[in-house]
Amino acid sequence: MYRGTKRRRAIEKGIITPRKVAGKTLLLAIILTTVSFCSLFLGTAAINITHVLGSLMPSTGFPPLSPAEEAILFSLRLPRIVFAGIVGAGLATAGAVFQALLRNPLADPYVLGLSGGAAVGAIIGIILGAGAFTFGVPLLAFVGAVLTLAMLFGISSRGSLLESNTLILSGVIVNAFFSAAIMFLISLSGLSELRNVLFWLMGDLSLAGKSDIAISGLFLLVGFLFIYREARSLNLIVMGEQTALFLGVDVEKTKLRLLIFASLITAAAVSISGIIGFVGLMVPHLIRMILGSDHRLTLPSAALFGASFLIVADTVARTAAAPLELPVGAVTAICGAPYFVYLLRKKEI
Amino acid sequence: MALLQVRDVGFRYAAAWVLRGISFDLMAGEMLGIIGPNGSGKTTLIKIMDGVLLPEEGRVLLDGADVTRMKRGELARIVAVVPQDQPLVFPFRVREIVLMGRYPHLRRLQFETEADYEIVKEAMVATDTWELAGRRMGELSGGERQRVWIARALAQQPRIMLLDEFTAFLDIRHQVAFFDLVRRLNAERGLTVAAVTHDINLASQYSDRVCLLSQGKIHRLGTPREVIREEDIGEVYQTGVLVDDNPRTGTPRITLLKGSPSEEGSR
Repeated sequence: MYRGTKRRRAIEKGIITPRKVAGKTLLLAIILTTVSFCSLFLGTAAINITHVLGSLMPSTGFPPLSPAEEAILFSLRLPRIVFAGIVGAGLATAGAVFQALLRNPLADPYVLGLSGGAAVGAIIGIILGAGAFTFGVPLLAFVGAVLTLAMLFGISSRGSLLESNTLILSGVIVNAFFSAAIMFLISLSGLSELRNVLFWLMGDLSLAGKSDIAISGLFLLVGFLFIYREARSLNLIVMGEQTALFLGVDVEKTKLRLLIFASLITAAAVSISGIIGFVGLMVPHLIRMILGSDHRLTLPSAALFGASFLIVADTVARTAAAPLELPVGAVTAICGAPYFVYLLRKKEI
Repeated sequence: MALLQVRDVGFRYAAAWVLRGISFDLMAGEMLGIIGPNGSGKTTLIKIMDGVLLPEEGRVLLDGADVTRMKRGELARIVAVVPQDQPLVFPFRVREIVLMGRYPHLRRLQFETEADYEIVKEAMVATDTWELAGRRMGELSGGERQRVWIARALAQQPRIMLLDEFTAFLDIRHQVAFFDLVRRLNAERGLTVAAVTHDINLASQYSDRVCLLSQGKIHRLGTPREVIREEDIGEVYQTGVLVDDNPRTGTPRITLLKGSPSEEGSR
C-alpha cells in the first residue's frame, strides 16, 4: 500500500494535475493583483497609498480624496491598468498558440506580421466608419489578421513556416508592407479622429475608453475559453502533426479553430492598442522555461503573466521619462528585441 | 478473423505509384512482419493502414469500417503507431510524452486519473523507460527515445500496433526485449501487430507471417518459411543471401554474402 502511494507520487511529480493548474494560476493571479495595485500608485501625480486606503474607511479620520485625485486613480490609471492587462493577456495567449501550432519559439503575432494586418484592417474600418458599430473595428481587424495568415501560408510553401528563417523573412516582408500601408492610409485619409501613425506602429494604451475595455475583454474571454478547450490537443500538435493524428487529434479542424481564435484575440488587442510587439514572444517562452510545456498549465499562466508584464511595461512607459510618455511598444521592444536574438542563437525552445 | 483488411490499395505522391494493388488481411492476434528494400512503400503502407494518408485507390477496413471515415479519436483507441524517430521542438519530459498516449481515452478537458497513471507506469516499466521519467526528450539517445515512443503506444492500450522501423536505433538487448514484450502482449492480450523492419532475421523469428514488398507491390506473403527464401530475398533486395535454419528456433535465417547475385552465380 505504502509503496503504491509512493509510486503514484513519483509519477505525479512533474505531471500536470488540476490542483497544480489551480495553484500556479492562483499564484500568478496574486502577482497580477500586486502588480496592478502598485501600478495604481505610480505616476506623475504622487498619490499616497495610506491616504487612499484611509479615505475608503471614514472612521480612520483621513480626509476624503480630492476630485482630481479620484479622477486620476479611477478614470485614468485604473482603466488603463485593466486595459493593459487585457491586451497583455491576449497577446501572450496568441503567442503561445502560434508558437505551438508553428512549432517555432519565434512565432508571435507581431513577428508574424499578424498585428500589422490587424492594424491595417482596423484603420480601414475607421476610415469606412465602422466605428459606428460596436464590433465594427475589431471585426475588420480580425479580417485583416486572418488575411495576413492566409498570406503567410501562401508566401511560405507548405510547412516551411516551421523553419525560423522562412518565418522571420516572411514576417519582415509582411511587416514592412503593413507599416507602409498604415502610413499611407493615415496620411491619405486626413481624418482627424484617426489616431496618429505612432499610435498604430508603437502601441499606446492611454486612449482606452470604457467601451473598449468591455469589447476587448469579451473577445479575450471568449477566445481564451475556446483555445483552452484545445489545450490537450495543442500538446500533441506540438509533437508534429502526424503524431497528433496517430494519437487521435483531428488536426485540420483543431488547427483551424486555434488559428481563428488566436487571430480574434490578436485583432481585439490591436484594434484598440495598436501594435505592441514581443509580448507574445517573451511571455510564453519564459512560462515554458519555468512551468514546462503542458498547455493546460502554460495557457492560463501565459495569459496572467502577459497581463502583469504589460502592466509593468506600461507603468514604465508612463513614468520613465515623466512628464513625457513613451509608447508602450517602445518599452516592450527594448526588452523584446534582445530576447529575440537570444532565442535565435539558442536554436531551441 | 480479419481485423484490418487492406483492399486493393494504391497510392502515389506525384506521378509514380508508391503502392499499387495491395491487398491482404491482418488477422486478429497475429504478428505480421513487413519487409522490403528502401523505397518499397513500407512506411507509406503503415500510414495508409492508420488512415493518415488517403489511398488513391482501394480502402482499408477496420472491423468492416473504412478507416478514413472513422473519427481520429476512435481510431487511436484501437490502433497505435510507433513512428520512426522524430525531432522535438518543445522541452517535454518523458513522462509527459508517455501520458499523451492516454489522449484518445480522455474527454476534451479531462485530466489523467490514477488509472491512467497506472497504465502509463506499466508501459514505462515494460519498455525500460521508467528510470527516464523526469528527463527531457532532448537529452536522450536515439534508442532511449525510441523506447519512449513505444511506451506511449503501449499507453494507448491499442488492439493493433503498427511499428515503423522501430528497431533502427535500438541495441540488440532492447531489440530482443521489445520483440519479446510485443510477443507477450500478443500472447496474453491478443495484441495484433504489423511491424515494418529492416531486420529480416528478427521478422523471421517473431512473425507469424511475413509480407515482402517490392516496388510498391506484394512480392510474397506467407509464413517466414514461405517468404524468406534465397531466391526471393536475392531478387527483391538485389543482393546475395544465404538462408538456412536458425538452430534454436528452426526459423529461416539469412546471412549476407559478399558481392552481387551475378558475381555469386559466376563464382
